[in-house]
Amino acid sequence: MPALLIEMRGITKSFGAVKANEAVDLSVAPGEILGLLGENGAGKTTLMNVLFGAYAPDAGEILIQGQPVRISSSADALAAGIGMVHQHFHLAPRLTVLENLLIGISGRSGRIDRAGGLGRLAEIGRQHGLTLDPDLPVSALSVGEQQRLEIVKALFRGAKLLILDEPTAVLAPTEVDGLFSALRSMAAQGLGIIFISHKLNEVRALTHRCTVLRHGRVAGRVDDPANTTSAAMAQLMCGHEIVPPARGASTPGGAVLTLDGISTSRHSGTALRDVSLAVRAGEILGIAGVSGNGQRALAEVISGVRVPDAGQMTIAGQKVSRYSPREVQALGLGRIPEDRMTTGLVTNLPLADSMVLPRIGTAAFSSRGLLKPDAIRAFAEAQIKAYDIRCPGPMTRAGALSGGNLQKALLARELAFDPKVLIVSQPTRGLDIGAARFIHEKFLDMRAKGCGIIVIGEDLEELLVLCDRIAVMYEGRIAGTLDSADATVARLGLMMTGAEGHS
Amino acid sequence: MSAVFEQIFQVGFLAAIIRIATPLAFATLGEMFSERAGVLNLGIEGIMLLSAMTGFTATSLSGSLWLGVLVAVLTGMLMGALHALFTVALGLSQHVCGIGVTLFSSGLAYFLYRLIFGQQSVPPSIKGFETLPVPVLSSLPVLGPAVFNQFALVYMAILAIPLAAFVLYRTPWGLSVRMVGENPRAADSAGVSVIATRFQAVILGGALMGLAGAFLSMAQFNAFTFGVVSGRGWVAIALVVFGRWDPWRSAGAALLFAFVDALQLRMQASGLGHIPYEAFLMLPFIFTIVAMAVMSRNAVAPSALLKPFRREER
Repeated sequence: MPALLIEMRGITKSFGAVKANEAVDLSVAPGEILGLLGENGAGKTTLMNVLFGAYAPDAGEILIQGQPVRISSSADALAAGIGMVHQHFHLAPRLTVLENLLIGISGRSGRIDRAGGLGRLAEIGRQHGLTLDPDLPVSALSVGEQQRLEIVKALFRGAKLLILDEPTAVLAPTEVDGLFSALRSMAAQGLGIIFISHKLNEVRALTHRCTVLRHGRVAGRVDDPANTTSAAMAQLMCGHEIVPPARGASTPGGAVLTLDGISTSRHSGTALRDVSLAVRAGEILGIAGVSGNGQRALAEVISGVRVPDAGQMTIAGQKVSRYSPREVQALGLGRIPEDRMTTGLVTNLPLADSMVLPRIGTAAFSSRGLLKPDAIRAFAEAQIKAYDIRCPGPMTRAGALSGGNLQKALLARELAFDPKVLIVSQPTRGLDIGAARFIHEKFLDMRAKGCGIIVIGEDLEELLVLCDRIAVMYEGRIAGTLDSADATVARLGLMMTGAEGHS
Repeated sequence: MSAVFEQIFQVGFLAAIIRIATPLAFATLGEMFSERAGVLNLGIEGIMLLSAMTGFTATSLSGSLWLGVLVAVLTGMLMGALHALFTVALGLSQHVCGIGVTLFSSGLAYFLYRLIFGQQSVPPSIKGFETLPVPVLSSLPVLGPAVFNQFALVYMAILAIPLAAFVLYRTPWGLSVRMVGENPRAADSAGVSVIATRFQAVILGGALMGLAGAFLSMAQFNAFTFGVVSGRGWVAIALVVFGRWDPWRSAGAALLFAFVDALQLRMQASGLGHIPYEAFLMLPFIFTIVAMAVMSRNAVAPSALLKPFRREER
């Protein structure tokens, strides 16, 4: 057995009273791809930040090739041969690819060593098939290319161990294949790789071994992920069995939301081009697609935030004329926006205020231009109870809640008013399995009650479980719509890259 | 009318533009370095004033002009370090701290000046820098007397422009400065110390602001008065935006402003006396506002400008 590339022994790290990591052991051998699994808050990111020098551990030691090392900054980690690809890329968009690579590298006789950098970039390109145009600004690269640049950056600095934090979250299925083959090639050449994910099928396809964290501790190890069931791994992650919600048969009613030939101008982001779709009562329609293919514009039009240049929209049979959030809401639309923190609620205000914000002017919460604080508070308290939102009380600052509880609050705020149509973007992004499960059940309840639901999402597995039909967006158009009985990840993936069209 | 124009556009006019542009160029380059690293330095006005005072005082007491320049530069660096301490190390509001540094520096300048020189009916003056003709080049037609028969500090400003561009775009340190101004987390994860780089950039900026102050009290006016800076620092902040955070463009912006300023001075002096002189005084500032509005529409500030960087954030 070759010497271990890296070994972490008994790592403990606390933030105040919270133990983010407790006596965690982890090791990676050269040429090995280790999966690091765990729910949100299980301590994966903290552990990796300890390894990368961002946090100092309270106890424990790190050994590199058998030698104990102290890593107290990212510079130490880089010197020790550890490279990290963060979930949110650490790139400067306005600088070029080469400049992003050369940052922190001392030049030659006081100048930036451009020729040397180009040579090294070409070499890495040959070795692993990771090619990039050195003089393009990073802002001109696709998300997949930016990720490639992050990997190249680590290799550029001579990384022997590469940490990837949820690398597939931002990629289309075809890009995932490309990433995996590059990672396999790197491992074959003796690199160690730590692959952090909660997508169990990916972990099973890629990794040689897994370490599973739960509540900051090692909950278990999987020696043969390829031959271990996802259910078994999920159980290790959550500590109990997870039963996916069953989507019973339903008989959809009439259309509650229709879009007919909707187009928008390319004001910000991808424009919609001639989008027509219909959601029926008691139906969940999924919108799949690589992010940036018009999903945001679609959500904004339906939410009444953006006025389309052409086309018509109806909600519950009524034509939408003014496209204001208030109008679509009055017609019976509920919405849960993509970004809980920026467009969902006001993080610095009490939770109760955020929960009534969309309806603050209605008779329920104000009269004669004055707020009714008691009504607002009572409403929030009732919802907190009904949805089991974990927080000290309705006057808690909204930003202090965890992602799962915020999402519950947003859901509660919309469902309390029995919407006829609900539009949701990324309903479970960043949530752990338990919270996601809760949200899914609520959607299915609403479906049974005859609400039409649109779920915009990037997680195809989730859409397949949840939706009755799935429409795929590509470059601002609906590339095709499939009944979920006919849909597979592979087929949707092809449609998402514009390779196949169906209607 | 043509006589008026002849009076305005002559060799002396070109020389005046270069002279007026010099402190603006120093100050603009200084502010640019600071902002490229992500730190807005609104202390610039006060730093220039205090440097003008300390430089003047050092020369007045020692008789050495270059010692005065050195003291002015050191003053600028010290005040830059103070601003960096508040905004970079402690991560406080760059607006508030910058204004604070300006108020503190100005107050300190007045106070020390009174303390050292007392109240005199005729303000003390020094024998300032004299023009230093560059051999051969100064005998070129037009350009010779305008550009190559100037103060030593003017030549330094001219050399500072390509030097600043070289440092910013061609050296690893310059790349670090640009990176910490765009995405400090990226720089940090690449092993670059964000805090150290920002400190260095703000202190270098302070040194250049010190040179700007030194030029005013030791070459242009040869005396220290409370109005010696009179808004040039604020103008420099606008010129950085106008120059899109680029050394060449920023220097160009300083030159353009100087042209308008020199023009209005000549217009005051020429036969247009029936217009109140205050109207002419306004011209460069109106020009700045209009130019800013037109030219900076597509200008994009460094992404991390005004954003403090903290490491262990959770």
